[in-house]
Amino acid sequence: MGLAELTIGEAAAGLDRGDLSAVELLSAVLERASMTEAELHAFLTIDRDGATRGAEDSDRRRAAGEQLGPLDGIPIALKDNLCTHGVETTCSSQILAGYRPPYDATVVGRLRLAGAVLVGKTNLDEFAMGSSTENSAYGATRNPWDTSRVPGGSSGGSAAAVAVGSALGAFGSDTGGSIRQPAALCGVVGVKPTYGLVSRYGLIAFASSLDQIGPFARSVADAVTLWEAVAGHDPLDATSYRGTYPSPRVDLDKGVKGLRIGVVKELSGEGFEPAVEAATARTVEQLAAAGAEVVEVSIPAVEATLSAYYLIAPAEASANLARFDGIRYGHRAAGATTEEMMARTRAEGFGPEVIRRILLGTYALSAGYYDAFYGKALQVRSLLQAELAEAYAVADVLVSPTSPTTAFEVGAKAQDPLAMYLCDICTIPSNLAGHPAMSVPVGLDESGLPIGFQILAPALGEQVMFRVAAEVERLAGFEARPAMVGALA
Amino acid sequence: MPIDIDIAHVARLARLDLDPEAQSGFRQQLGVILEHAAKVQALDTTGFEASGHPLGFTNAFRPDEVRPSLPTAEVLSMAPESRDGYFVVPPALDQED
Amino acid sequence: MSSIAPGWEAVIGIEVHVELLTESKMFCGCPARFGGEPNTNVCPTCLGLPGALPVPNRTAIEWISRIGLALNCEISPVSVFHRKNYFYADLPKNYQISQFDIPVCHDGWLEVAVDGELVRVGIERAHQEEDTGKSIHVGGGGRIHSATETLLDFNRSGVPLVEIVSKPDIRSAAQARAYAQELRGVILELGVSDAKLEEGSMRFDANISVRKTGAPEFGTKVEIKNMNSFRSLERAIAHEIDRQVSVLESGGRIVQETRHWEEEAGVTQAMRTKEGSSDYRYFTEPDLVPMVIDEAWLDAQRAVMPELPAQRRARYRAMGLEVHAAEVLTDSDPAIRRLFADTVAAGAEPKAAAVWSTGEVTGWLRKNATSLDRIPLTGTDLAELVAMIGSGAVSSTAAKDVLNGMMRGEGSAASVAASRDLLQVSDTVALAAAVDEVLAANPDAIDRFRAGESKVVGFLVGQVMRSTGGKADPQLVNRLLADRLASSP
Repeated sequence: MGLAELTIGEAAAGLDRGDLSAVELLSAVLERASMTEAELHAFLTIDRDGATRGAEDSDRRRAAGEQLGPLDGIPIALKDNLCTHGVETTCSSQILAGYRPPYDATVVGRLRLAGAVLVGKTNLDEFAMGSSTENSAYGATRNPWDTSRVPGGSSGGSAAAVAVGSALGAFGSDTGGSIRQPAALCGVVGVKPTYGLVSRYGLIAFASSLDQIGPFARSVADAVTLWEAVAGHDPLDATSYRGTYPSPRVDLDKGVKGLRIGVVKELSGEGFEPAVEAATARTVEQLAAAGAEVVEVSIPAVEATLSAYYLIAPAEASANLARFDGIRYGHRAAGATTEEMMARTRAEGFGPEVIRRILLGTYALSAGYYDAFYGKALQVRSLLQAELAEAYAVADVLVSPTSPTTAFEVGAKAQDPLAMYLCDICTIPSNLAGHPAMSVPVGLDESGLPIGFQILAPALGEQVMFRVAAEVERLAGFEARPAMVGALA
Repeated sequence: MPIDIDIAHVARLARLDLDPEAQSGFRQQLGVILEHAAKVQALDTTGFEASGHPLGFTNAFRPDEVRPSLPTAEVLSMAPESRDGYFVVPPALDQED
Repeated sequence: MSSIAPGWEAVIGIEVHVELLTESKMFCGCPARFGGEPNTNVCPTCLGLPGALPVPNRTAIEWISRIGLALNCEISPVSVFHRKNYFYADLPKNYQISQFDIPVCHDGWLEVAVDGELVRVGIERAHQEEDTGKSIHVGGGGRIHSATETLLDFNRSGVPLVEIVSKPDIRSAAQARAYAQELRGVILELGVSDAKLEEGSMRFDANISVRKTGAPEFGTKVEIKNMNSFRSLERAIAHEIDRQVSVLESGGRIVQETRHWEEEAGVTQAMRTKEGSSDYRYFTEPDLVPMVIDEAWLDAQRAVMPELPAQRRARYRAMGLEVHAAEVLTDSDPAIRRLFADTVAAGAEPKAAAVWSTGEVTGWLRKNATSLDRIPLTGTDLAELVAMIGSGAVSSTAAKDVLNGMMRGEGSAASVAASRDLLQVSDTVALAAAVDEVLAANPDAIDRFRAGESKVVGFLVGQVMRSTGGKADPQLVNRLLADRLASSP
């Protein structure tokens, strides 16, 4: 089996035993990338030199008996909205073409400290706005299970890279489902932590009250390792949680006996593909058979939640993206005055989806409309939190499909923003509530496309969430590999 | 019922120089999206305050201590135009207060 | 300064921006100092780089609480930051982190002495925000409208700024000036800013309207900017009041606008009008969490607050000083105030102590270009001098010479008076003898006095002064003469 097929756990054990070196591991991963990238386009930047130096340093540290980090020598990919010092960071936008941040995101700094080998920057929907990675200004990423289809989004590049083995793990960001949905569509594990557990310093902001950075991996245990490497208070992020909490690793293999699983009634039915519903139902049955108590819960606000999200996120984004004005960095257009220059720079530099959301957000905040739109959406958010609190009185975790459908064809939803927004119906509630949620691959549909099962937990509920996820993974026995990789094996 | 939007005004507020055709296209799309977003208005949210941080904490401060700034050369190297340590832009006229 | 035309009333509010003298900026650790080379005190946060986040400076919040307490404000138990959204070249994020509807401080007042009267000016609010960078317009003679380019320096971007808004309680330019000066005195006393008008660490805007005396409604208000000294504040407001009255008296209308004070021309000029008023699209800053300011926090501030000008003035008044004298003393150098306090403590009458401290001593120091710390004068010394004047040992005129000697280190009041031969003769017996001698030498004087020639008293006093070599206490001589003249047969 090629080294690129290893999980992080297996690779770390191999490195410890001396069966392989970090340089070899990187080499395998880079080879996998070179064989898949032409079709896949998961990466925007592959930092061969930086990664090689990182791998060599790791091997040197290991040989010298120095203290090693938990990810020492492990090749990791980073979504291109995470600032990497001196390495181009574009958010898949023309407006940041050539931009090299003068600083590392806190998460990136922690990964370096953990000894990770940073392979490169992955493709995304521009400024994380999208559910298919088709909104990238640098070309779409394809789904490794069927390259005529999308990998999901906005972290499509990271999901695809992990799915094919061009990285053993990756990080993305999740604002309305942008880690979980591509994880489901690409057949990998994807986690959105509790809001505030992972520092946002250096994550190029889309919606400040919703964004969280989280890991992609090929196993739940790997996802825990990645989560542990980055979670924790950051004094540079005022929304970062200062309290303590145990690692999810503690309860990981305890199984689900006695746990209460809440099935969200509203996340089914119209718009949900039969295969997805069947896989979800089967997984719930397996959990019941394994000793969990299954209850049905109702979150009536779910539908309104989608609408609230499409007011809150663009409103915050419209302000977060105001800084892209051609003055201090990035693209600058011509203009006789600064005002003209700014307006042209932004119209030229932003793609249509980004412009659409900036206009939407600006409108929702503008005088006369605030109360009806943005103000009301914030109240809906509180209402959702109240309904979820009620649900968690009778359930330890909630479950649903991660996405109503499996991977759709490139171009199928691109012209219909509303259809695209519906992809996020299952994932958005967790972002609005600030709760953790994750996706675990549980099977394939009749076209061989992966189906993801979502586990939701209350704020700071990572322990029980990962515990249920580990059991789901064990019960599903999902071993399939994407067609693209199968051909290489 | 389609929502009427003064798209030129919104584009100006957002400093987006869109040609009339683009403006028209966006106005239409926005109208459709807002119709759906307006579903929030149908919900009875009486008694619900605007939401805050999910973990509900307050007073996240930093001490009044100086930390290293960025090297000026690196800062200016990102600039489309700079001179003598300054960022250079076309005349910036419309000063808001 | 001209006063307002009869039948009209001016309604004035003053907005003051104060830069806080913290070590670091409001939301990042860059030094809160500028001047020096441009763009040397910048970081991702104050430069508005993608991915950067703000974290509030605790000391700034402590200091704004102190400002609120000093201005007798209500302190909001919970307050939040808002984003004020607008695009301008020197505003890196194209939004300013400020406060909108829940400022830290609100509904206070400041007592101001104007022309010997105490007036209470209401304080609407004081809130925390961040300063912008600096723009330098080059080409076209430095005037904005003919510039060829603009240079930007972000050293000042992010410096903590407190905005203090008065209620429209001010009724004249003189009051406005007094208010501004008093406010500056409070700020300086608190030590939270160096409040240098010429350097811009304290800036004012004025809102002015006029109405017919007794009219219930306010007139249209005009905002005046660019007043860089107390004098220009007073001149600008006086001019604007006159301008508005002129316009209205000639049947015109006041346009709600912002006008620029032109110091040299002595007029206010309309600035380029923007289409419509600004829509700042305020929303709660999602990158920050609320601030809870409780009694414990406020008690900690109260414990370290200095005596404020108003309290000091009240204390001096309670000692018996008139309003004007209390004002002068309150505004004096701390060293002079300490001298006054020591002089009173050594037994001197407060009014006299005040007159000598703020008058002769201050004048002497200024004329000799030195300071009190270089002079051996103590409160005990000055009290002795005051007592000698009171007892008639020296005349008030001679006392100035005595002081001169004391300031030069020649010795105590008594020894200087003796060595400089300035002691008055106030020995009643000796003087009575001298008076009798003069009367004996001028036998017709009594007759002339009886005949109504009161001038003869002056002549007789002069004779006594001559016979004592000018050293007689003239008041005592007058008294003795009067007695003799009254009792003579």
